[in-house]
Amino acid sequence: MQKSAIGSERQVTMALYEHVFLARQDLAQAQVDALAANATSIIETNGGSVLKTENWGLRTLAYKIAKNRKAHYVMVEFSAPGPVVAELERQTQISEDIIRYITIKVDESEAGPSVMMRKSDKKSRRDRDDDGIDF
Amino acid sequence: MARPFFRRRKSCPFSGKEAPQIDYKDVKLLQGFVSERGKIVPSRITSVAAKKQRELSQAIKRARHLGLLPYLVK
Repeated sequence: MQKSAIGSERQVTMALYEHVFLARQDLAQAQVDALAANATSIIETNGGSVLKTENWGLRTLAYKIAKNRKAHYVMVEFSAPGPVVAELERQTQISEDIIRYITIKVDESEAGPSVMMRKSDKKSRRDRDDDGIDF
Repeated sequence: MARPFFRRRKSCPFSGKEAPQIDYKDVKLLQGFVSERGKIVPSRITSVAAKKQRELSQAIKRARHLGLLPYLVK
């Protein structure tokens, strides 16, 4: 089988990848986490290793995708030999809960959280001002 | 030498030390390089270097695919 071909014979070259997928909006957070865990297990059973998993949460889409106005975004950063990507994408395509995905090869891993995560801490500031005006 | 309509050419926003990294995840940055309609702004207007413009357009297209940026705004 395919699995045995990976990692056998000569030294396999590992590359860095970023895998982002969008899960349907009506899923619970626990189900999204399960999808992320599933992706992680696919990578790890095939001889790759996950460096970072980021949950960007439920975001509004710029346009409707498969009748969804919003979607859960998850990014998995991993290093693995090439065939793992094919396997990961194959399994992703089968899943009905994932409406869009992208796997991109990157030159180097970004230290710390990505731009998506950095932005989100500004949001909570707005709540403070709302109180006290209605008196 | 009077050159009435000469304007100094601005340098590329992605060159230099403090330049931001072009990344498809950085929606705020990319948004500055698309028109109100959602089209990619030509580099002759934004003065992005040709090489960076190619990277930029690739990043914008990736962001569009993931629903982070619109393909068109009506």
